Amino acid sequence: MQNNKTLNYADGILQAFTYLLENHKEVFVFGQGLWSPWYVGSTMKDLDKKFGVERVIDSPVSEVAVTGAAIGASVCGYRPIVVHPRVDFMILAIDQIVSQAAKWSSMFGGQVHPAVTIRGIVNRGGEQGAQHSQALHAWFAHVPGLRVVMPATARDARDLLIASVLCDDPVLYIDDRWLYEWEEEDPGIQLLNLSEVGPHVLKNGNDITIVAASFSTKLAMDAAKTLEEEGISVEVVDLRVINPIHWDVILESVQKTGRLLAVDGGWQSCGLAGEIIAGVMEHVPLAVMKASPKRLTLTNAPAPTSKVLEEIYYTQPSQIISAVKEMIGSKVHV
Amino acid sequence: MTTHLIESLGNLSDPLCYQEPINIVGENKEILLNELRIMWVIRKAEEKIAEQIISGAIKCPCHLGIGQEAAAVGVSAYLTPNDKVFGAHRSHSHFLALGGTLDSLFAEVLGKVTGCSKGMGGSMHLFDPSIGFHGSVPIVGGSVPIATGAGLAAKLSKKGEVAVSYFGDGAIEEGAVQESLNLASVMKLPVIFVCENNLFSSHLHIELRQPANTTARFAQANLIEHAVIDGNDVVTVRKTAQRAIEHARAGKGPFFIEAVTYRWRGHVGPSEDTDVGVKRGAELSVWRKRDPLSRLALALIQSNMLTEKTHTDIQEEVDSQIKEAWQNALNAPYPELSAILETVYAK
Ligand SMILES: Cc1ncc(C[n+]2csc(CCOP(=O)(O)OP(=O)(O)O)c2C)c(N)n1
Ligand SMILES: [Mg+2]
Repeated sequence: MQNNKTLNYADGILQAFTYLLENHKEVFVFGQGLWSPWYVGSTMKDLDKKFGVERVIDSPVSEVAVTGAAIGASVCGYRPIVVHPRVDFMILAIDQIVSQAAKWSSMFGGQVHPAVTIRGIVNRGGEQGAQHSQALHAWFAHVPGLRVVMPATARDARDLLIASVLCDDPVLYIDDRWLYEWEEEDPGIQLLNLSEVGPHVLKNGNDITIVAASFSTKLAMDAAKTLEEEGISVEVVDLRVINPIHWDVILESVQKTGRLLAVDGGWQSCGLAGEIIAGVMEHVPLAVMKASPKRLTLTNAPAPTSKVLEEIYYTQPSQIISAVKEMIGSKVHV
Repeated sequence: MTTHLIESLGNLSDPLCYQEPINIVGENKEILLNELRIMWVIRKAEEKIAEQIISGAIKCPCHLGIGQEAAAVGVSAYLTPNDKVFGAHRSHSHFLALGGTLDSLFAEVLGKVTGCSKGMGGSMHLFDPSIGFHGSVPIVGGSVPIATGAGLAAKLSKKGEVAVSYFGDGAIEEGAVQESLNLASVMKLPVIFVCENNLFSSHLHIELRQPANTTARFAQANLIEHAVIDGNDVVTVRKTAQRAIEHARAGKGPFFIEAVTYRWRGHVGPSEDTDVGVKRGAELSVWRKRDPLSRLALALIQSNMLTEKTHTDIQEEVDSQIKEAWQNALNAPYPELSAILETVYAK
């Protein structure tokens, strides 16, 4: 692919689909809206025309059967990608994801692996409200047997989608439409082994570690930039894969900075941010901590519609900035 | 295809009907004798399992299909190991009818590593792709979409394979099954849906659960070719399955078989009619006369294809097979403790 060009997140996804369909005849795509730009934005533009409607299949409004059918095809030698245009719709297929795909290998003694990728899109804001805005990755990350991938950057959007599809395990790949325009330099496709992909440091710093995933990583990067100008050095760790989590990079970072802020676009209760704090505090000695860890999550309510409420509902960079300043001025509670 | 809506099973749900020997005119003797033998293997394997649940050796929940053997045996006749069969919680018969071994079934219900699922599944999670059995799972209706997807894979790979989805009259009440029927029909997938209608979903009779006692009406609603048959007549099941499989292999889309039958034991475990809230003892004794085994055996005897003596020999041979397989399973080791983590993800 091209060298040192910039790539945005949506194009990253489109490139991944193109690469997979071009190079792997066992890949096909199945889900609602695939023959229309409506549902999936530009991330799947013209794939049906390029690769044919036999391999890019628009489906009935049947989340359970479509997800299950992809699982079935995956145990018969295919590598299907199911597309759920919203995480909210994907909930209908939860039995197939959680009780079937995630357990298929274990139930049958590791003799078979459903190599299915289920793409759920987080699509929120714009006054869409409670049933069209959810980010439920933490539910799925709870389940052994599933790999849950949440790319933040354009290169990851592409390279981790390719890695998800080429991985033999069932993978839930969750992308966020608020990231579709986010760009970065692109050295071209990098083929990765998903089981080896873990968190990485997106920005180096010394005073505090912010751990985040997906769109929250972008918020953290935006906040870190402002804080840097004020002389506060923030390290941003992007999780990339939220189950199973590889802890080393996170632990090393907190060992170095002594401060941990977890930011997540899901709710607080039993969520990803709490999991990050627990996982760190189990391993980093209390004496290392210069401040009590803190988390920033969604407001504890269903998504509102009115735009004034949406503004307070979703985490803003300004909240991250205040939280960081507060933590840097504070001592650890013992 | 019939144009009027099927509203009732009619005589098929009346246990006083269909008690006579089955019609075997023009049928091949060897095939029939083999079907009789396999039905005995299934019956006696499940009786062994029942006995060993009572003895305490088997701990996992076992759903026995004693009385329902003909459906699986008839459906399996024209399948090959390249076809993809999926079952549910009551699938010992589906597994054995395809050629699954007694050793691996018994070992599995004992949680032994020589089991068909390496001791990780028990009775409700059976797996042996070498015979075309790609998994049975106990979420009611859960494997129906997956079998539908195996049908999609078969359609994409264009090798003439078919998928088979076994489920019960209870499963038809699940949305997953409705979605699958619609999907298979609109995409013309080579899926044989086999609904074993035994009139019960655990303790509840179908009349308390559905406005009609036949499930084929859901095939009608989805414009799926279908047949409602005596599921305790192995020849009828086999002939219907042949038609269904030819239809699917020829690219004409799915087929729905409603095989009417009755289970002799309780919903789960070895007892006969002690289901919570169910008094079905009187009905059961009549249903026992619609026995798929004795109806075939009697037909064979009446046509001089079988003597009482040969019939006894067959049963004794099966008994000794069962005895040996059970002993092998008892002697087999349990899984290594590391298996619990090693089987979660692919290596
Ligand atoms: C989703 C789900 N709901 C409920 C159950 C409990 N359950 C197990 S078997 C069964 C009865 C199913 O009846 P049917 O499909 O007719 O099969 P049969 O037991 O008659 O073979 C039920 C309700 C379950 N296992 N899964
Ligand atoms: Mg039933």
